[in-house]
Amino acid sequence: MSKKVDTSLPAKNPLSFQLDLSKWEKASTTEKEQQIVERESVTFFRDGMRRLWKNKVAITCAFLLIVIILAVIIIPMVYPYSYDQQLSVAKRGQIPDATYNELGPMEYSKTELKKIENGEKVFPHILGTDSLGRDYFIRVVYGTRISLSVGLFASIIVLIIGTLYGSISGYFGGKVDLIMMRFVDIIYSLPDMLMVVLFSVVFNRTLEPLIEGTFLSKLGTGMISIFIVFALLYWVSMARLIRGQILTIKQQEFILTAKALGAKPARIIRKHLLPNCISVIVISTALQIPNAIFTESFLSFLGLGVSIPMPSLGSLANDNLSYIYSDVYRLMVPALTICVIVLSLNLFGDGLRDAFDPKQKK
Amino acid sequence: MDKKFLYYLIKRVLLAIVTIFLVVTITFFIMNFIPGGPFQSEKSVKPETLAALNAKFGLDKPLGEQYVNYLKGAATFDFGPSMKLDGRQVTDVILEGFAVSAKTGLIAAACALVLGMVFGSLAAVYHNKIIDRIIMVVSTAFVAMPSFIVATLLLWLFCIQTNVFPPNGQEPGGLVLPIISLMLYPMAYVIRLTRSSMLDVLGQDYIRTAKAKGVSGTKVLFKHALRNAVTPVITYAGPMIAFIITGSLVVEKIFVVPGLGKYFVSSITNRDYSMVMGTTIFLAVIVVIMMLLSDILYKIFDPRVDLS
Repeated sequence: MSKKVDTSLPAKNPLSFQLDLSKWEKASTTEKEQQIVERESVTFFRDGMRRLWKNKVAITCAFLLIVIILAVIIIPMVYPYSYDQQLSVAKRGQIPDATYNELGPMEYSKTELKKIENGEKVFPHILGTDSLGRDYFIRVVYGTRISLSVGLFASIIVLIIGTLYGSISGYFGGKVDLIMMRFVDIIYSLPDMLMVVLFSVVFNRTLEPLIEGTFLSKLGTGMISIFIVFALLYWVSMARLIRGQILTIKQQEFILTAKALGAKPARIIRKHLLPNCISVIVISTALQIPNAIFTESFLSFLGLGVSIPMPSLGSLANDNLSYIYSDVYRLMVPALTICVIVLSLNLFGDGLRDAFDPKQKK
Repeated sequence: MDKKFLYYLIKRVLLAIVTIFLVVTITFFIMNFIPGGPFQSEKSVKPETLAALNAKFGLDKPLGEQYVNYLKGAATFDFGPSMKLDGRQVTDVILEGFAVSAKTGLIAAACALVLGMVFGSLAAVYHNKIIDRIIMVVSTAFVAMPSFIVATLLLWLFCIQTNVFPPNGQEPGGLVLPIISLMLYPMAYVIRLTRSSMLDVLGQDYIRTAKAKGVSGTKVLFKHALRNAVTPVITYAGPMIAFIITGSLVVEKIFVVPGLGKYFVSSITNRDYSMVMGTTIFLAVIVVIMMLLSDILYKIFDPRVDLS
C-alpha cells in the first residue's frame, strides 16, 4: 500500500494566478498515447538507400551492372571455348582446320559441320571467331571482365593511398599539411594522360625482366604499369577530397573529447574521422571506376595496355579496327560495351552522390 | 586586393615553372631507366655501330652530364636529332605536326565552348521541358564515350555507310570528322557546366529584379545571366585543352591526320626515345600554360573568388 499523498493545496489567495487543480482532470492513457508522434528512427544508411531507391535511373544502371558482372563471372565457367584457345590449331592426332579462322556470327567450321552431320551437338560461335581462330564472344566477355577488374583495383589503390595521405595531412594540419599539399599540387598539375602514356611505355619495357617467372608475369606488364600509374598519379584528387572533409570534421567537439580521453592520432583518424566521411569516400571511389576503365581502354587502344593474348575491351577495339570496312560488329561490340559500362557506372555514381551526399551536388 | 592578386599570380607562375621542370626531369630519367638503350632492340647491331650511334646522340657521356645538356637544350626548345627519322630534328618534326594538330584542336575547342554554352543555356532556360531532357540525355551519353569510340563510330557512319566525308584527314573536308570527334566530350561537359551554373544564376534575385524592371528576355539572358554563369566554364578551358591533346593521339591515328598525335604514337611504337621525350615535354608545357591561364582568367572574371 502506497502512502497517500496529500494533494490538496493551501487555501488560494483570490488574487493569485496559481492554478486551481480541482478544475483540471488527469489525462487518460489513450489521450497520452495520442500525443506521442510515432516515427520510426531512420539510420543515415537507410535514409540514403530510400532516396537511392527512388532514383529510377540509378537503380536501372545498378541492375544492369549486376547483370554484366554476373555474366562475366559465370559465362567463362560454362562456355566451352576459352579466350586464348586457337581452334584452327590442331590438337594431337587431328587435322588443322583453317576454316575456323574469321567465322561470322553463328557460322561453323568444316570440322564442326561434319560433327553436326554425325549428330553431335556443337556449341555455336555466337559472335564468330577472330583471325587466329579464337571464339570472339568469349574474348569480349573476358575483355569486359579484365576492364572491370582493372577499373575496380585501380580505384581501390587510389582509395587506399588517397585516404591515407589525405587523412594524415588533414589531421595534423599546419606545416605538415602545407608541405604535403604542395606535393599534391605539383602532381595535380602534371598533365596526367601524357604521364600515363610515358610511364606505360617505360614500365612495359622495364618490368619484363623483373617479373619473369613470378605470378605477376601472367598479369602482364601493361596491366601492372596501369596500376603503378594510378598509384603514382591518380590518388591526388581523392587525397584533396578527404583532407577537406577531415579539416571540417576535426573541429567538432567529439574529436576534442576523444583527444582529452587520450586517444592516439591513428585511433582518432580510424575510429572517428574516417567513418564520418565514408559517404564521400564511397561516392568518389564509385566515380573513379569508370575513369580507370576509360584510361585502361585508351592505353590498350594505343597498344600499351594488357599483353597478348589477354583481351581487354580497349585492345579488342584496337585489334578489330581494320574490320570497320567489312564486319563492323567486331569493332562495335567491345566499343559499345565500354560505353554501356562507363555510362551506367557514371549514372549510378551520380545517383549515389545525390542519395548519400545531397550537399555535394554539382 | 591587388597585392593579394599579385601574390597569387606569382605563386601560380612559380608552381607552373616547377611543374614544367619536373616534367622534363621525370621524362629524362624515366626514359633512361629503360634497360638496353634505344638501339639495343634493333636486329643485331655491331658494337662499333652502337658506339658510334651512342656517341652521335651523346649517350656515351655520364648521366649527370647528359641531364644538364638535355636541360639546356629543353630550355632553348632544342630536343636534339630524332633517333629514328633520319637526319631530322625533333623540334622541326614537332612544329610541323603541331601546325596541323593546333588547327584541328583549336577549332574543336572553340566549337565545344560555343555550342556547349548555347545548348547549356537552352537547357537551363527550358528547365525540365522536353528540350532540356533531350540535351541532358545526349550530353550524358557523350560523356561516357571515349574519343576513340566516337571517332570510329563517326568513321563508320559518315565514311563507310554514307560516304559524306573522306576517311583520310589529308583530303579536303577530311578534318571535319576529327574535329567533331575531339569536340563531343568537351562540349557535353561544357553543356552540363553551363546548365547547372545557369540554373543557379537564373534563380537569383537580380534576375527577377531585371525582369520586373521590364528588361527583355534575351537581354536578361545574355547581359545578366550568361555573364555570371560562364565563370565555371573558364576553369574548364585548361583541362579541356589537355583532353583534346590526349584525344588527338587516338583520333589522328584513326583518321590518318599527319599531326603531332600521330607522330607521338608512332614514336612510341618505333622506340624513338628522343621524339617521345620532346613531344611529351612540348605537350606538357602547353597543358600547364593553359591551366595557368584558365586559373588566372577565372580570378579576373570572378572577383568574388577567394584568393587564399
